Amino acid sequence: MSEQFFEVEGLNTWFFTRAGTFKSVRDVSFNLKRGEVLGIVGESGSGKSVTGMSIMGQVEKPGKIVSGSIRLDGKELTELSFDQMRKYRGRRIAMVFQNPLMTLNPLMRVRQQMFEAISEHENVPAAQMRERSIAALKAVGIPSPEERLEAYPHELSGGMRQRVVIATALLMNPDLIIADEPTTALDVTIQAQIIHQMRSQITDRGLGMIWITHDLATLSELADRILVMYAGAMMETGATAEIIAMPRHPYTSKLLESVPSNNEPGQRLKQIRGTMPSLLDLGEGCAFRSRCERASPACEISPPMRSFSSTHHAWCHHPIEG
Amino acid sequence: MQVVQTVFQADEVSRVFEPARGTIEKLTDRLTGKRPAIVQAVDRVSLSLAQGETLGIVGESGCGKSTLARMITGILPVSGGTRRFRGEDYESFLARRRDALKVQMVFQDPMSSLNGRLKVGEIIGEGAVVHGIVPRSRMREHAAKMLERVGLAADSIDRYPHQFSGGQRQRIGIARALAVEPELLVCDEAVAALDVSVQAQIINLLMDIRQESGLSMIFISHDLGLIRHLCDRVAVMYLGRVVELAKTSELFGNPVHPYTQMLLAGMPRISTERRTFMPIKGEIPSPLNPPSGCHFHPRCDRATDHCRISRPDLREKGPSHLHACLNA
Repeated sequence: MSEQFFEVEGLNTWFFTRAGTFKSVRDVSFNLKRGEVLGIVGESGSGKSVTGMSIMGQVEKPGKIVSGSIRLDGKELTELSFDQMRKYRGRRIAMVFQNPLMTLNPLMRVRQQMFEAISEHENVPAAQMRERSIAALKAVGIPSPEERLEAYPHELSGGMRQRVVIATALLMNPDLIIADEPTTALDVTIQAQIIHQMRSQITDRGLGMIWITHDLATLSELADRILVMYAGAMMETGATAEIIAMPRHPYTSKLLESVPSNNEPGQRLKQIRGTMPSLLDLGEGCAFRSRCERASPACEISPPMRSFSSTHHAWCHHPIEG
Repeated sequence: MQVVQTVFQADEVSRVFEPARGTIEKLTDRLTGKRPAIVQAVDRVSLSLAQGETLGIVGESGCGKSTLARMITGILPVSGGTRRFRGEDYESFLARRRDALKVQMVFQDPMSSLNGRLKVGEIIGEGAVVHGIVPRSRMREHAAKMLERVGLAADSIDRYPHQFSGGQRQRIGIARALAVEPELLVCDEAVAALDVSVQAQIINLLMDIRQESGLSMIFISHDLGLIRHLCDRVAVMYLGRVVELAKTSELFGNPVHPYTQMLLAGMPRISTERRTFMPIKGEIPSPLNPPSGCHFHPRCDRATDHCRISRPDLREKGPSHLHACLNA
């Protein structure tokens, strides 16, 4: 079961607006094994969420997947029609968003929403849908799931709502779950509970997960591998321990340094100078060069991939050598 | 010996929220004998802040930290207890509107706290002009100076908030607060909405300002890492009450209250080792119907019958380390 079941190769998702072309995702490639969590980390505008939307086939006009391949068990998803993709969404690939109130319908009971998620794909009797829904709610640690089924979203706490969304995502036993900042809006204690439960679900069910976030700390505790994105491009990828202990790309290194817990209390935080460039006028070359202390004229051309282990790669002209 | 000046002091301040009731609702309440549900958002909290000190307030959603912040800035009146600013009763202090400016606030979402129809120069300069700190003829100059102080170009005064990024907008929010020469700055989740690298820039800015001007700060956040980095002392709140109050190093190194211990255990940290989670059981109970005795007892492993009955008061664990646990 260790073979890669999900692959993204050379993905380019661009948005064609009146102001110009926003190259939100540029040449992004990665793969995923069953039972594995890939963390995609990046700041606003890094393209991490658009990558998730591209996989779900939910990039809408003026956006477009310009090139690249997305394969689930060898099946090319980018060539699927809208109706064909619908059969994949929810069933084989499920998505969890940051704000559960936007995902859940406020006028429907939890039961109705969960049943709908099943009946969209399968024709099963209500008793069975009920059984499966209760099992899914239990799996994510919802106490007295029978009662929760009859609740409306507003009757649940934020943490409970997000659990309901995750349970709904698990209902069809998908192969892949894409979670876009799923615990960002939650309190630390609730976040810890949900991460704990997600981790065991992934291992138990052997599903793959892409966890999109800006939070390196959460990722370091959850992800097996990390992909660091900046301004639409891949900066560095590697096993979590490799990225955390020995970042090779200057951006990853700076990002880790700017986290308060990696700084002496009371001292100035190490910060990254400047701001992210506009995705509109990204030329050739490394997107991080304008803020990078190691930048040289060489950085005006696209950075090559440098490998530090079979899993650890950085796209940089001047990586940090160990 | 240097005398430590207390800038702000709150003694047993409380805040109760009641639903707005119309005449008919009041009448039905009386007929049915029902009491409208009230929320005790802040329940007899005492704290003080010394000159130049930064006090952190942490807690999860619904713990009352933002309500407390609003009472400290004077946006909200208290339902009980007293507040003092440099020893003076807060009500009379706030009544002198020019003085009331000495307490300023920076909010979480700079987009909703900046007037989108005003130019940045007006947003920053208006308060200072209205209250006579600078004459109107010098408003632009004053605003430009403030912008430079927070690391923005002085010529930004003629632009509008939407023309700036999130981090820049937060700088504008800070510039506006600084423009009226505050002595106490209350930051309520001021960097929560920002990216990590931008967050670092804003935190550094706040630390620089603090060092330059000896500003006292109250920093409210759910981010324990930030609190640890920035604050001299920390108050941990749970369901409207302070459960532990100590020096930062003391609180993080030697937490006494079971809730603080759990909160710290749940704090995600960057590490290469996978931690075995011991997640806190349960969730924060509804503030509409808080548990009896110690609010934390239903989630606490150490709870005894005593905890279910009596409300624990803050007690001393050591010098400048207070906690509210009966079994610690």
